[in-house]
Amino acid sequence: MSTENADATLDVKGLNCPMPVIKTKGAFDDLAAGETIEVVSTDSGSMSDIAGWAESTDGAELVDQVEATEDGTAVYKHYVRKAD
Amino acid sequence: MSTDTPASEETDVASPTAEELAELRSRIEELEADLAEVADDDSPNKMVIIATKGTLDMAYPPLILASTAAAFGYEVTVFHTFWGLEILHEENSKDLKLSSVGNPNMPVPNLIAALPGMDRMTTRMMRSKIADNGVASVEELIQTAIDSGVDLQACQMTIDLLDYDEDDFYDGVTTGVGAASAFQEMVEADIQLLI
Repeated sequence: MSTENADATLDVKGLNCPMPVIKTKGAFDDLAAGETIEVVSTDSGSMSDIAGWAESTDGAELVDQVEATEDGTAVYKHYVRKAD
Repeated sequence: MSTDTPASEETDVASPTAEELAELRSRIEELEADLAEVADDDSPNKMVIIATKGTLDMAYPPLILASTAAAFGYEVTVFHTFWGLEILHEENSKDLKLSSVGNPNMPVPNLIAALPGMDRMTTRMMRSKIADNGVASVEELIQTAIDSGVDLQACQMTIDLLDYDEDDFYDGVTTGVGAASAFQEMVEADIQLLI
């Protein structure tokens, strides 16, 4: 999964726990059924937090999680799809 | 063991009457309806937090947990009492302090931590660490909690005790509530925490 395949992107870089999950939930609510959002975070804890949130949330499916480096900073990308 | 059952045993058992059968049938229907009700229960899960502390470090756990639980679809109530009221007090919440006194995890020895001005210094250090690490401010977390539908409640008894006014608190904070309403919410909640 990559940025190009996502229907929307949420940038939560620089924000720490619990904001990545809370902002993801807000953006997820705005998605239409079948759409996928990309969440870009610099919080390493977001890997388990967003996975756990998606698992517990009806209609949220964690499609992919990618760890990358952008401008020398570790970024964590999460792809969450809203069920049809 | 033989599978042959003597015919006499079967005939010994009295066949249920039509009336008994109808009674059983209606009892089964009743239980099935009860079961369906339990299975269909899609009312949201609930969490209640009792927040009693008003130092900078202790303002975070209730606000973070409350906002997170709301993101998980929980109905959340945070009942603030005693120094927990400081978190909801619009003016005081911006000036919550951290003390090294009695906190062996802080790098300052108690004897020095007790000197005048030391709380201000440790608080300033903590605030700059909070900002550097991208951790939200108490104000931001309060706004996030309210926007997420968290019911932030201020205990009326302690509002009166500490000589606060209902207008001192953030917009959206519930006042005029007491132990009984908090207890009732705790009874109905799936998670209850005292912080």
